[in-house]
Amino acid sequence: MPVKDYLRERFFPHMWCPGCGHGTILNALIHAVEGLRLNKNEIVMVSGIGCSARISGYVDFHSLHTIHGRALAFATGVKLSKPNLKVIVPMGDGDALAIGGNHFIHAARRNIDITAIVMNNRIYGMTGGQFSPLSGPGVKATTAPYTTIDSSFDVVQLAKAAGASFVARSTAFHVKEATEMLTKAITHKGFSVVEILSQCPTHFGRKNKEGDAVNMLNLYKDNTAKLGSKALEEKPHLIPRGIFVDSERPEYCEEYDKIIAAAMKEKAS
Amino acid sequence: MARQKLKAIVINRDWCKGCGICVHLCPKKVLELDAKDKAVAVRPEDCICCRMCELRCPDLTIEIQIEEGDNE
Ligand SMILES: Cc1ncc(C[n+]2csc(CCOP(=O)(O)OP(=O)(O)O)c2C)c(N)n1
Ligand code: SF4
Ligand code: SF4
Ligand code: SF4
Repeated sequence: MPVKDYLRERFFPHMWCPGCGHGTILNALIHAVEGLRLNKNEIVMVSGIGCSARISGYVDFHSLHTIHGRALAFATGVKLSKPNLKVIVPMGDGDALAIGGNHFIHAARRNIDITAIVMNNRIYGMTGGQFSPLSGPGVKATTAPYTTIDSSFDVVQLAKAAGASFVARSTAFHVKEATEMLTKAITHKGFSVVEILSQCPTHFGRKNKEGDAVNMLNLYKDNTAKLGSKALEEKPHLIPRGIFVDSERPEYCEEYDKIIAAAMKEKAS
Repeated sequence: MARQKLKAIVINRDWCKGCGICVHLCPKKVLELDAKDKAVAVRPEDCICCRMCELRCPDLTIEIQIEEGDNE
């Protein structure tokens, strides 16, 4: 099926600013789904609120555009009631790890079969450029005119510690890599987290003098390195990209099915 | 891998927002922005069909069409 058949073309051109990395993540995701030859009726996309969350309007899957920070809670309900559907939850950094941080760690702990995508632009894009728990120190934001002092979460370490059974990181520059990771994450049974660094030229870029979208993408190329690469060994301050966790652990819906089966058996006897 | 042959670079002008990502990150400098800030293929003969422009475009504007059955 051509890539375009997975889109709701009537809503294009989309609302994202020129050069916004979120569009590239949509592009990568559509290519991953197309590569897997998935039937669009088998996919549910659940999103919260934010520029990132608007992604659910553009895909021709089943979609739920819910409330800020709670997409994973809605997605958990969907998945438990229809475990055969593929559930994909793209979130902004604020959506996933500020207001939604608790849902995030508990979905990981349960290892429910959902694909979570953190579209990390290190800022609240939709509301005008406030800093987020992923901004890190030394960043300018509307709420930090003299720069931030807060340390950031490391999404990969957090997801790993909380129990996610697939954890990966890429960027909007490394689209082929990001598409491969999304493909693996969607296929993986269990809670998958793919963090994709995404440029917001309008707020993060402008306030932090990172230039236009092209310049910000080039920074992703220069400031990251592949896991296990020589570049990372020589310059450990670079942000590592790659697959950090790919393991098997009991999946929540399957465990729940076992409980139902046990209860039914007891009732019948 | 046999070299792929380009059939056409299709650009949906209505969706292009002129961000310049495809222009600046194309390894062969095939694309440019025109007077209306829309991407156009000015040197399609240099295209190596890597599809990076198609995959990176945040507006899903570009399609690299490849000649079928013409691979050596
Ligand atoms: C309960 C609630 N609190 C706050 C808001 C306001 N709000 C809307 S989007 C947003 C954050 C957006 O940032 P992020 O999730 O990082 O996504 P981005 O826009 O950067 O893609 C906030 C705080 C809201 N809509 N609902
Ligand atoms: S404000 Fe930032 S995140 Fe939102 S659409 Fe514009 S560039 Fe993208
Ligand atoms: S990357 Fe896409 S939106 Fe940006 S200039 Fe090229 S075709 Fe236009
Ligand atoms: S396919 Fe590759 S070489 Fe051809 S125009 Fe796109 S980026 Fe340039």
